[in-house]
Amino acid sequence: MNMAVAGKIRTRDAVVETRGLSMHFGGVRAVDQVDFTLFDKELRCLIGPNGAGKSTFFKCLTGQLVPSEGEVRIRGITTTGAEPHQVASMGVGIKTQVPNVFDGLSTEENIWLSARRWHGQAKARTLTSDTIDRLRLGDIRRSTVGRLAHGQRQWVELGMVIAAEPWLVLLDEPAAGMTHEETARTAELISEINNSAALIVVEHDMQFIRMISRTVTLFHEGRILMEDTMDAISSDKRAREVYLGHRA
Amino acid sequence: MNGSGTIREMRATLVFAALGIVFMLAAPHVLQLFTIINLTTVIGLAVLALSLALIWGFGGILCFGQVAFFGIGGYAYTIAAINFGGTSWAILLAVAVACAFAALLGYFIFYGRVSDVYLGVITLTVTLILFSLMRRTSGPEFKIGKSLLGGFNGITSPPINLPWDTKALLSPEHVFYVAMAALILCFVFAGWLVTTHFGRVCVSIRENELRAELLGYDTRAYKLGIFTIGAGIAAIGGVLFCNGVGRITPDVFSLYNAALTIIWVIVGGRGTLIGPVIATFALFYLTSSLGAQSQLNNNLVLGIILIVFVLLVPKGIAPTVIDWANAKRRRGPVRRRRAVRKPEGVK
Repeated sequence: MNMAVAGKIRTRDAVVETRGLSMHFGGVRAVDQVDFTLFDKELRCLIGPNGAGKSTFFKCLTGQLVPSEGEVRIRGITTTGAEPHQVASMGVGIKTQVPNVFDGLSTEENIWLSARRWHGQAKARTLTSDTIDRLRLGDIRRSTVGRLAHGQRQWVELGMVIAAEPWLVLLDEPAAGMTHEETARTAELISEINNSAALIVVEHDMQFIRMISRTVTLFHEGRILMEDTMDAISSDKRAREVYLGHRA
Repeated sequence: MNGSGTIREMRATLVFAALGIVFMLAAPHVLQLFTIINLTTVIGLAVLALSLALIWGFGGILCFGQVAFFGIGGYAYTIAAINFGGTSWAILLAVAVACAFAALLGYFIFYGRVSDVYLGVITLTVTLILFSLMRRTSGPEFKIGKSLLGGFNGITSPPINLPWDTKALLSPEHVFYVAMAALILCFVFAGWLVTTHFGRVCVSIRENELRAELLGYDTRAYKLGIFTIGAGIAAIGGVLFCNGVGRITPDVFSLYNAALTIIWVIVGGRGTLIGPVIATFALFYLTSSLGAQSQLNNNLVLGIILIVFVLLVPKGIAPTVIDWANAKRRRGPVRRRRAVRKPEGVK
């Protein structure tokens, strides 16, 4: 992985922009005046200690929360206060922190529902089986998703994201609760997705971030503390104090 | 859809429809006229149960006032038939009025993002408001066109006539044919609907509304859609019910009937369409045969059945039978099949 590319290419179009984005819960400023930019085909990790505001920020992007102040723009279109289905309908693939899947339905139907949102019968069917092959979900194709293991459910959800062929992907802790091999496979998948889409990945797992990251945005107390490569962040004193330090 | 599961599902629907046709053709030759008239009433109720089975079992919308649309359908049919002097347009109007009412009510519920519990409360309240409202319409000043609303006593419903001849009223036997055909058509329609893309999205919303939204589906519109379709089916039930009973009264909006509809679906089983239909027939005949004797209180027995089902057969009759059949079929052969299938998926 070429770390040198990190954050250097700024000539490409901005696909996600927030300006002065704030989210208050009562007196708590979960997200405070965040200016953030993601460029086309970029892969960005959001990290930070618990309560840093990563997930709240994420939910403001997906439309699950309406920000108290500020603006979100996706491909130049203001989406502040848009419904999640409107954000998704722009071609944005979203995976939430807790696996959100259709528990009572089969793996195949879960993925089909995503593909069918965008395509007719025939195309949706081929896209579904392609996605299943790509994610190696063949032997759980007909299994009810509610009965699958946690890691498999995470992949089914990733499969739903991939089957929609998004140009922008927002993932909230995609590797949470996965075994080591599963995490490695997920990292591989994310790099694959990155070939055709820009990504924002909220993550806790340092090892995982090292596998995938180019530029990392460090959140602390609702603000962006740093934006740099993982190496630069790990060697920064402030960053170690707020995040890495207390982990070690 | 993409899997063989749905084809199997649709096959089951068609098998039950075929059984229904056999029953439709045979019943008038075997059963007495009184039973046939009674059956028409039950068929109307079964269509009501089917509508709730669709929106609750598949759409995940627990509507406690499905009888509201049933009753509105019945009233609209009766009032329109009296005014038009014929029933064909009255039937269509009954469905249209119920759908329009459901669309309006549903718009505020779904687009206002009212939670599931309050949806039950609101729909039940609307039903009870209709109950009190219609009971107070006994004076001569309460009339729509030529039809007096009749308050507590309700209105006498004219039987269905032939579409091309308003003087040719159908005999009770023919009304039974129409009712049974309507039930079968509604059943096949609902069975088909849940296999369509629209239907699968509704099921996915039942499973996980947020996920459906994140896939880009406007869940509010889908819920409103299936809710409105359910109301239209309930209205057809209302029309058949009027034909069986011969009258429509405010009692259709009572708490008892609202609860009974829920009981049919719980006993029959959510997530299937045939279960609630069968449960309606079974419970109706149970309560009417209990009504013939005086040792046991009818409602007490109904209450006990509900408790037994909720505690011991929480999935209801049909899903339990299906699970049991699947488990029986699976014992042995599938284990072997799975072991064979694995390598091909692993690659």
